[in-house]
Amino acid sequence: MPDGTEATGIGVSVKRKEDYRFLTGQGNYTDDINRPNQTYAYILRAREAHAKITVKTDKAKKAAGVVAIFTGEDMQVGSIPCGWQVDSKDGTPMREPEHPPLAKGVVRYVGDQIAVVIADNLNAARDAAELIEVDYSPLPTAVDLMAAAHAGDKGGALVHPDFGTNICYDWEIGDEAEIDAALAKSYYVTELEIRNNRLIPNAMEPRVAIGDYDKATDHYTLYTTSQNPHVIRLLMGAFVLSIPEHKLRVIAPDVGGGFGSKIFHYAEEAIVTWASHKIQRPVKWTSDRSEAFMSDAHGRDHLSLAKLGMDKTGKFTALKVNTIANMGAYLSTFASCVPTYLYATLLAGVYTTPLIYCNVKAVFTNTVPVDAYRGAGRPEATYLLERIVDKAAREMGIDQAEIRRRNFIPADAFPYQTPVALQYDSGDYEATLQHAMELADVAGFPARRKAASEQGKLRGLGYSTYLEACGIAPSAVVGSLGARAGLFECAEVRVHPTGSVTVFTGSHSHGQGHETTFAQLVSESLGLPLDAIEISHGDTANIPFGMGTYGSRSLAVGGEAIMSAIDKIRVKATRIAAHILEEDVDDVDFDKGVFTGRKTNASLTFGDIALAAYVPHNFPHDELEPGLDEKAFYDPKNFTYPGGCHICEIEIDPATGETTVVNMTAVDDVGRVINPMIVEGQVHGGLAQGIGQALYEACVYDDDGQLLSGSYMDYTMPRADHLPDFQVATETTLCTHNSLGVKGCGEVGAIGSPPAVINAVVDALYDLGVKDISMPATPETVWRAIQSTNLKAAE
Amino acid sequence: MAQVSLNLNGKAVECEVDEYSLLSTFLREDCGLTGTHIGCDTSQCGTCVVHVNGQSVKSCSMLTVQADGAEIVTIEGIADGDDLHPMQAAFREHHGLQCGFCTAGMVMSAIDLLRHNPAPSKADIRAYMDGNICRCTGYHNIVKAIDAAAKEMAAR
Repeated sequence: MPDGTEATGIGVSVKRKEDYRFLTGQGNYTDDINRPNQTYAYILRAREAHAKITVKTDKAKKAAGVVAIFTGEDMQVGSIPCGWQVDSKDGTPMREPEHPPLAKGVVRYVGDQIAVVIADNLNAARDAAELIEVDYSPLPTAVDLMAAAHAGDKGGALVHPDFGTNICYDWEIGDEAEIDAALAKSYYVTELEIRNNRLIPNAMEPRVAIGDYDKATDHYTLYTTSQNPHVIRLLMGAFVLSIPEHKLRVIAPDVGGGFGSKIFHYAEEAIVTWASHKIQRPVKWTSDRSEAFMSDAHGRDHLSLAKLGMDKTGKFTALKVNTIANMGAYLSTFASCVPTYLYATLLAGVYTTPLIYCNVKAVFTNTVPVDAYRGAGRPEATYLLERIVDKAAREMGIDQAEIRRRNFIPADAFPYQTPVALQYDSGDYEATLQHAMELADVAGFPARRKAASEQGKLRGLGYSTYLEACGIAPSAVVGSLGARAGLFECAEVRVHPTGSVTVFTGSHSHGQGHETTFAQLVSESLGLPLDAIEISHGDTANIPFGMGTYGSRSLAVGGEAIMSAIDKIRVKATRIAAHILEEDVDDVDFDKGVFTGRKTNASLTFGDIALAAYVPHNFPHDELEPGLDEKAFYDPKNFTYPGGCHICEIEIDPATGETTVVNMTAVDDVGRVINPMIVEGQVHGGLAQGIGQALYEACVYDDDGQLLSGSYMDYTMPRADHLPDFQVATETTLCTHNSLGVKGCGEVGAIGSPPAVINAVVDALYDLGVKDISMPATPETVWRAIQSTNLKAAE
Repeated sequence: MAQVSLNLNGKAVECEVDEYSLLSTFLREDCGLTGTHIGCDTSQCGTCVVHVNGQSVKSCSMLTVQADGAEIVTIEGIADGDDLHPMQAAFREHHGLQCGFCTAGMVMSAIDLLRHNPAPSKADIRAYMDGNICRCTGYHNIVKAIDAAAKEMAAR
């Protein structure tokens, strides 16, 4: 066995291979790349949320350093496509507005692209942009989500007047009449009106795109901050710019966080690629943070009304949900599937609720397009469900943990078919709840609450027992639901002649540590030390067609593709070994990097076989081709279903309304854990984003569609002193339909935690008479809620 | 244009720069030191923190001409040859980074913290690091790494 292999396989907290370059300032992010003879692009963006525009660029074109200026009139290309068709309940397809990369005569949100100024340096481009004259003729602005949903023939602002409505689709799942009847018969029905606040993803690396057209070869290269370079190549090449794939290379190098916001194909990618051909020079665009706030796709933004029926014992009988989901002004790449197939299908949660109905109206507004953000639909479902369960428990007088236990899908009930399409393969929700209650010392809470009360503080404890569906997804299933893409993943495992290995994966790491986790899979399977393994991703010229990283799919789908390719390598290597050892294939064992013949007891190392494959002097030429290089595409059989329990303990200072998270506990079942250190880190990050949503973050527009939360001065990013140390642990049930038994860990923290936090805040305030609080529960929100109860008491 | 001469990671640098050039842009574009990142435009995120005359500075909030004559250290200049600075090593050991984009600023700020307060409590660390935003780690492991580095450096 090669040295050091024991400590590098599955289940070991191996230190990350990628860290050295990041810690020494040698990462290679897109903005670190500069091309010879490069120009710089500045995008002039709309200042008005909805207006007809006329644009005059004559003066600007004469400014010093300007190479070219293009508007929507110049850039006659295809529309930026949406990747998922959702049909309304009456069978009509969703309304899809044309989405030009540069606006054609009308802007539809503050930040919409009007013109691109290309100059020899960025300052010249910015200065020239100020000389562009834009004449705005304001149009009625749809900002308020409820008002936008009801606009139509009878009046109200329309984002796309040709549609005659702002409704993109009116979709449903379940039998409404049946669920209404069940609710009518229920012993008790809890109702909840709930808003899931709009968020701005804010990966720390702003987006960057460099278009580089090479006339000599008639090839285009796009360097971009993307989570899925092949998807960008397909969408931009095939739909927007009509560049065939063999002429278009997309490179996403080190990417500084994504959280969903870098899945989508953005206008700027098409603009710089197209412009580099026009001016025959590379064009570089780097977003500044202000642009990021008004051009990166936003997340969440749902308004819902939910009704949960129960019998006398608190057993859930039926759930009915009506949701209005904000799409923004155009349909971003996966916008349409987020509030439907990634949301309504999750409304069973971890419970046996037998009847569920959900109606979703997706609505256009004059705001930035809304799309997937860490969790994408599942946090919205979880928040709604865990809030209404909390409310039901209080109204029924049942303990918070107890009402959940009474409704859990039992551990022996898997596979479990929910009424909303999904079939869960495994889980043990009682185990995660029990473990979390012990870690959070729930038993000691009354004493802590009393102690806090003596200090004039209000303590609260909140639960969330959640489940999510990730590892998206079986291609045939999502295809039948309207997906316009397959959702497999690819891998190529290339063994080099001296026995080292390069893995080319279609997954894309932008912080998740794939270079380490995926290398651990190879180390475990082929018995190689980590330094003999390299993971390559992010360049369409190197890797087979891959679908990228989102929906916690990298290990459950991408990792499985790697395992399939490794299996092919093992099969071929064993046959080569059998030939050299003069043994039958069935008599050759492979263990920890060594092939051993049972009859001869002779051995060969993996490196010996690699060499034999490429120097095939003694080789089974009759049955095998030389070389040791295998490719695999893996299409998942089902979603994976991580789940768990988050318990939050908070303390409120009633004088200021400030909420402090004093303890955040998360026990998650993410299936088999390959690298516990990395899994914990993923959960930590998700928890911070979940607590951020619950207590701090809010995207705010005024009535005219101006983005008020447009910088870090106005949008509260969670900082180190906002958050506690976290208590995280895992409970494991294995995924039953993939070879590794893995489920995914990237989103669990952000999905499970927001309702735990808000349930804790409500718990702290309930006896004062505050029965509900909206996210984010800022000091002002909490203080006002407390004051309103004081006023009521005074009346 | 203005002439500046400064000491950058131990080497003398003389350069002609635009008067309005920001130190962060100068480091990245003129000196090729792309380890210093730019994550915002309001001096809020801290990804561009470097040391100027031994103090941590958000390099986006300083003109290059203001650095004339100064001694500047960036993330590229803190390791001792192949040996990582104890703060860099602690971030690796405790998984204090994920995407790596905020990391340079975090490490540079954390080193500055220990110069001011060699034995900070976790609350001290969280309060001091309030000028550096990380979207990936939830700070848990960053705090752990700084705490460990403080102990390691005190023991040396």
